Amino acid sequence: MLNVTSIERGIVIDHISSGKGLKIFQKLNLDKLDAPVVLLMNVSSKVLGKKDIIKIQDYIDLDLRILGLIDPNITINIIENDQIVEKKNVELPVRVKGLFECKNPRCITSIDSYAESEFTLSPCSKTKYKCSYCEELTEYKL
Amino acid sequence: MNLTGRHLIDPNDFTIEELQRVIDLGLEIYRNPSNYASLCKGKILGTLFYEPSTRTRLSFESAMLRMGGSVLGFSDSSTSSVSKGETIADTIRVLDGYADVLVMRHPREGAPKLASEFSSVPVVNGGDGGHQHPTQTLADLITIKNYRGEIANLKVAFCGDLLFGRTVHSLLKTLSRFPNVSFVLISPEQLKIPSHLRDEIILNNNVEIIETQSLEDHISDIDILYMTRIQRERFFNEEEYIKLKDSYILYREKLTKAKDDLLILHPLPRVNEINRDVDADSRAKYFEQAKLGVYARMALMALILGVIE
Repeated sequence: MLNVTSIERGIVIDHISSGKGLKIFQKLNLDKLDAPVVLLMNVSSKVLGKKDIIKIQDYIDLDLRILGLIDPNITINIIENDQIVEKKNVELPVRVKGLFECKNPRCITSIDSYAESEFTLSPCSKTKYKCSYCEELTEYKL
Repeated sequence: MNLTGRHLIDPNDFTIEELQRVIDLGLEIYRNPSNYASLCKGKILGTLFYEPSTRTRLSFESAMLRMGGSVLGFSDSSTSSVSKGETIADTIRVLDGYADVLVMRHPREGAPKLASEFSSVPVVNGGDGGHQHPTQTLADLITIKNYRGEIANLKVAFCGDLLFGRTVHSLLKTLSRFPNVSFVLISPEQLKIPSHLRDEIILNNNVEIIETQSLEDHISDIDILYMTRIQRERFFNEEEYIKLKDSYILYREKLTKAKDDLLILHPLPRVNEINRDVDADSRAKYFEQAKLGVYARMALMALILGVIE
């Protein structure tokens, strides 16, 4: 049995679908953090069978909006003084900018660096985003 | 209501009341053009046409000239600084010092919106890829208003290429905001309206939409027939194109069961989707539509330039 000690202060990203932990690690640029970070893969889970977990010590100021786009099952635990002080589920952000690109090859954003699309979650789809320039829908996939 | 300084990139940029204001002023200018012949004296329209256009560009130029203003611009990006690799942002930040209002056509969808973000003068979308063409919508609306008296209580059929037709997308979005308007969307399976646009229109406005492949089944109960061209290049299968193309050609004999006050519209240019024998039918209004489009553009420019309230 692999043992990883709990963290005193920081963030635990839990219930990551098995296999997605490394991608989240990379997307959040956790390798560049000047703090202890642990990525656990294929941990037993009653709900998911297997899951990945990321523990980040001494650091709570992370932009976690992208997590909802990657895996809606994720839960985030904020740890202070060895206690979970906040537990939250991730949500799909209503507006996103700079996290992905418009899939429409005819969109101005595909050729002009001045045009950075702001995407709005489509009211007609739970996972697709409307480009602010061409209005085409793009589904974010990790 | 004040439209001074406003951009028109998407028809939804204007409220229904603002669209009505543009149309009503357009009809007033149409009926009394001499009263407005000097309205834009001293004003300059800049035309930025990054891809070929005949009627939209000339319609805008005519509109400005008819109000006593002047026109400058380019109609081919290969002869402008664009061919040297200049960005839209830089082009706009220069040209907004040369003109008082800009109209842009661009093959890239969203390009006029980008232009509007860098312009200190109003920018009008003259058509961007397969996306939107809001001033064609103004031409369509002014024609409907002129011949029917109001834009309400209509059953509107769109026929042809509903997938890539930007004029269809703009008009559909706009008409869905008017009272008691329903739609019949007639197209081959491959050229149906984008599902996200259909779903959004239904969700936002709760309108009735019928999707079908048959024009004949609905010709007797529609108020407006908006024809568009079936484009060969959109088909992957030549046989499929040949099989379908003739079913969307409007001949006069197909109109025998249509209402007497039907309006037949087309954004033009047509190729063969409306047979010439339809031109003589009093219900065919597509050439009047092109003419009225000039007056809608006159009204639009006068209002966003602030030369009239």
